[in-house]
Amino acid sequence: MNYIEGFRDPAVAAHYRDSLARLGAELAHGGKDACFMEVCGSHTMAIARFGIRGFLPSGVRLVSGPGCPVCVTDPGYVDAAISLAEAGRIIVTFGDMMRVPGSRSTLAQARAMGYAIESVYSSATAMELARTHPDQEVVFLAVGFETTVAPVVAMLDGAIRQRIGNLSLLTAFKRVPPVLDALLVDPGIRIDGFLCPAHVSAIIGADAYRPYAATHGVACVVSGFEPLDILQGVEGLLQQRVAGRAFVDNQYNRVVRPGGNPQALGLMERYLEPVEVSWRGLGVIPASGFKLRSHLADYDACIRFGIDIPSGRPNPRCLCGEVLKGKIMPSECGLFGVACTPEKPLGPCMVSSEGSCAAEYRFASLKRRDE
Amino acid sequence: MCLAVPMQIVAIRDDELGTVELDGVRHEVSLMLIDGPQTGDYVLIHAGYAIERLDTHEADERLKLFRHLAALHQQETGQPARLVAPSRMGRESET
Repeated sequence: MNYIEGFRDPAVAAHYRDSLARLGAELAHGGKDACFMEVCGSHTMAIARFGIRGFLPSGVRLVSGPGCPVCVTDPGYVDAAISLAEAGRIIVTFGDMMRVPGSRSTLAQARAMGYAIESVYSSATAMELARTHPDQEVVFLAVGFETTVAPVVAMLDGAIRQRIGNLSLLTAFKRVPPVLDALLVDPGIRIDGFLCPAHVSAIIGADAYRPYAATHGVACVVSGFEPLDILQGVEGLLQQRVAGRAFVDNQYNRVVRPGGNPQALGLMERYLEPVEVSWRGLGVIPASGFKLRSHLADYDACIRFGIDIPSGRPNPRCLCGEVLKGKIMPSECGLFGVACTPEKPLGPCMVSSEGSCAAEYRFASLKRRDE
Repeated sequence: MCLAVPMQIVAIRDDELGTVELDGVRHEVSLMLIDGPQTGDYVLIHAGYAIERLDTHEADERLKLFRHLAALHQQETGQPARLVAPSRMGRESET
């Protein structure tokens, strides 16, 4: 039993196609339309890969929000990481940061120049590198939403308990709830429902979305990343919209608990505090990041090496900010697929495979083939 | 970035480390974010750590619902299912 294949059964998808069509007709009959937003890069990828938008009835839009943590990381962060590598530190990063453009170059280009930049699958590898290279400084690029924050903090906890003193974090952690708040108060953005992320919610819990339903009247469904999860999630959002109701529904209850993962939340509370951070394309959002608490200054690369993360200069013609807010679809940007491609990305949404533009670029050819 | 794969715990070395398996592929992972992990549990693996347990009862219930919906759909339409949606249902502006 692998708990993946059963959630991809085409026979069940056919049911949801018809159900969505019926709900779409009801919605239109009531003179309404709907705009839903998914706020997780893994949803963005799955929606493009499995052609979910092809299942949506007319009058129902599903837009991508700022769900890719790599995409919303400021270019100045990459510059700071490269300057640490140039100063002789060992840089350890998840692979998806390697091709993100900084102001001068990418981490991949810096690595080609001979600097020590290691791409890893597990944050635990950073701790191993520090343990086996006690005479060198190891800096882990701590980028990610709550899903990734939890394992990185768990790794830090292990390093502290093992008294590893040559490891530090360059943090660019992001928190999902504050950015949802920021999107909802932007008068230029209309959102009737959130397709809430699967694994961020595994950490923070489904109850975290209650204020959006209760205060803002926005429908919320926590959904898994498999195609049937997403179809059932969209069906749930559409049912709420048709009925004129807004509440938090947990479609992914095989993993997500109302209060989240207490072990993970306890570690995060012990080591981290919320901080105002800048999101590429969205600007500064209060309490939307995490930094290490002050008693952990030794593990904070910025304090340890006395550096500031400079504000980088994004490409002025890049419309990623509008894409990240769901105001335009990727193909509405003049650079999309012409000057900006996955091979040579100009904007952050084209860099990571989970960026809205990269997902649209990669799977648009599949859509053309099907039609 | 936030993908996590459901894998089954096949061995636990100490409180924190274990071996997980999916379709014959095995990985060493940290179990420190899971409360009381047991051999046989399914856990979601992200960045080398199990981030949450998968509740197999809830998963099986949902799969049962899915099979029921598929059977109903076949009864109603008398047609084999196709995953690809008809293009008239797609939003033309996006294609």
